Amino acid sequence: MKLKLISAVVAAIVAGAPAMADLTFSALSYRTGPYAANGIPFADGYADYFTLLNERDGGIGGEKINLIECETAYNTEKGVECYESTKGSGALVYQPLSTGITYQLIPKATADGIPVHSMGYGRTSAKNGEVFSHIFNYPANYWDGASVAIKHLLDVNGGDLKGKKIALVYHNSAYGKEPIRTLEELAKKHGYELTLLPVDHPGQEQKSQWLQIRRDKPDHVLMWGWGVMNQVAIQEAVNIRYPMENFIGIWWSGSENDVLPAGDGANGYKSLTFHNTGSDFPLFADIEKYVKGAGKAAGAGDQIGTALYNRGLYAAMLAAEAAKTAQEIHKTAAITPAMMRDGMENLDITEAKMTALGLPGFGPSFKVSCQNHGGDGLTAVLQWDAAGKKWNKITDFIAPDNDVLNPLVAEDAAAYAKEAGITPACK
Amino acid sequence: MLYREAGDFKTSYVADGQTFPIWFDRMRYYAVLAIAFGVIPFFVNDYYANAVLLPFLIYSIAAIGLNILVGYCGQVSLGTGAFMAVGAYAVYKLMTAFPEVNLFFHVLLAGGITAFVGVMFGLPSLRIKGFYLAVATLAAQFFLVWLFNRVPWFYNYSASGQISAPDRTVFGMLVSGPNAEAWAKYMFCLVFTVGVAFLARNLTRGMQGRQWMAIRDMDIAAEIIGVNPLRAKLMAFAVSSFFIGIAGALFFAVYLGAVEVGEVFGINKSFLVLFMIIIGGLGSIFGSFAGAAFLVLLPVLLKNVLVGGLGWPTDLAAHVEFMIVGLLIIVFLIAEPHGLAQLWRVAKEKLRLWPFPH
Repeated sequence: MKLKLISAVVAAIVAGAPAMADLTFSALSYRTGPYAANGIPFADGYADYFTLLNERDGGIGGEKINLIECETAYNTEKGVECYESTKGSGALVYQPLSTGITYQLIPKATADGIPVHSMGYGRTSAKNGEVFSHIFNYPANYWDGASVAIKHLLDVNGGDLKGKKIALVYHNSAYGKEPIRTLEELAKKHGYELTLLPVDHPGQEQKSQWLQIRRDKPDHVLMWGWGVMNQVAIQEAVNIRYPMENFIGIWWSGSENDVLPAGDGANGYKSLTFHNTGSDFPLFADIEKYVKGAGKAAGAGDQIGTALYNRGLYAAMLAAEAAKTAQEIHKTAAITPAMMRDGMENLDITEAKMTALGLPGFGPSFKVSCQNHGGDGLTAVLQWDAAGKKWNKITDFIAPDNDVLNPLVAEDAAAYAKEAGITPACK
Repeated sequence: MLYREAGDFKTSYVADGQTFPIWFDRMRYYAVLAIAFGVIPFFVNDYYANAVLLPFLIYSIAAIGLNILVGYCGQVSLGTGAFMAVGAYAVYKLMTAFPEVNLFFHVLLAGGITAFVGVMFGLPSLRIKGFYLAVATLAAQFFLVWLFNRVPWFYNYSASGQISAPDRTVFGMLVSGPNAEAWAKYMFCLVFTVGVAFLARNLTRGMQGRQWMAIRDMDIAAEIIGVNPLRAKLMAFAVSSFFIGIAGALFFAVYLGAVEVGEVFGINKSFLVLFMIIIGGLGSIFGSFAGAAFLVLLPVLLKNVLVGGLGWPTDLAAHVEFMIVGLLIIVFLIAEPHGLAQLWRVAKEKLRLWPFPH
């Protein structure tokens, strides 16, 4: 039985292995499972950008792109299977879109010499490239997000948060726990009082947390949620008539899926972002023409311009730019994962570059270096307009409080280096 | 023709009482062992080790453990995921506290710790039975997961609450951490799987197993014929949790390498292992393997056929995969309510008479 199955698996793989293409990108996506509503737009955006490059430019630097999707359903075990199966096809970079899978890939991918781009998620201290040689989390990470949220609250409150009460509603997992450290540190500096309200996976049950919010009346609520948890939290906030403009979600709690179910009640809800939303960019005309018009859009093709679609697109754009950088450094079009890592480490995103790509002002300008794998952490605040059904950017890209964050990153990276036996150095 | 007792004479009690009395069965067993130990390690690559063989071997251990409790002793448990978590966190604490000790002993110790915890949660089984016991073990599931999420000591105060396995060796070979070779990880798990299966098979054939089965079939009658229900039930909880703890320790240290308790050891894991033994066959060691293979290997196989072979979109393939596996479970359970092991048993009965049935 066992042997028969194994031999059948062998046969299936031998028959089904895709032809080695020139530049292989992998997408560990999740179009099924409890987080599918968020996974689909991201995966579509990621795939569509590469399709566009293939159709319009013939790939990157003349090399066609082969995108392999693998379904993880946000499940760590399936993530392992996906990583191992796509690794064999020579994937250049991994974008797992799951903090759990990222934590797993950090040691594995480093040992295999394949870079991981955990854009705006994963382990925050991966910003320290001397310790995390193959992990990149530019352009912003959770601690940047937490710091910018507090900065925004300072702005709103006239520069003083003393004695204010701030509640953090978070997904009770590695992901949700990430900002706590920073928020506690910032609480010392600004003198606010932090309340922690964990919500267990998947987050459909939040009555007690919101009851506590109704009782304690915190001045502001921050949220680190994902999937159905966001919708439920926003609905609960509407139900207890919490003032929505005092409710700020991290970028993963800021998609259309999260606010639309609450209808008009969600008007004024804020979320953070490190890229722009909407489809008013010249690049989207090309997507319309080469991808959607040609019937090659990923998924149902109905997500174009949504917050998470744009994030997937942005991730693909950064990956493609890193590949271009790698091609320039190594003077070859057919790059390997090791070259891709160099490309990512020398990535320089400027306004001029983004304008040339048809995405002017889409994200912040930043430069990656060996010491800094995380960019500058510039983050903006969006506000939901329920009548117009769109996100409005209400601030510029704000820089986080690096005086507080840098020592925290250094401390956590040092702890990891000690645990994993790494001597920090530039590679 | 090959598969029959006729002509296979036993001349001693030892020969008569052996696990596989039929020559062909015995040879098949040795052949499987020879291939598993002598052939696969030389050909195994990262993909087969991490995506196919390790989960299969580790889930088999967990299924054997649960089968002892549910299949042999009749005590329904929904706490498997939590007991695996105990094994995982125990081995993590041991690995980080005593880095120089051989991982082999850490895994065994983690099993021991889980056995202790299992006995603690098994105590209610003396007073409550059936569905009520299932609910009591469900409490263990939620309590232990909550505990590991809540108390920072268990995850060494890391900021994220995740635990990650450092590099550890067995007799100088790396078996945990990212740099371990595929064959080393495979062999490490294989040794545990074979050891556990051997132990379980012989325990269930002996006095202990007969006591368990007596309790399962009718506990009052068992007590009247002299079985001590306290001892038998707690022994079942201890042995079962010991195996499940080993499975949890290997699952974390060798297979996944980084674990978040709520996601990996949640209630879903308890159900998955329970389904394995129900589909495989309650009260059968072979059934534990068959059930683990069915629920671990089949989805991987289907995924490779549908996505890799036929080039379907990944989401469609994932949905169809659910339907196929679900349908097969229904078909198997209708065709043979006693699981794959019973199908196997029936096939063997037929083989004995083949080619001249009555």
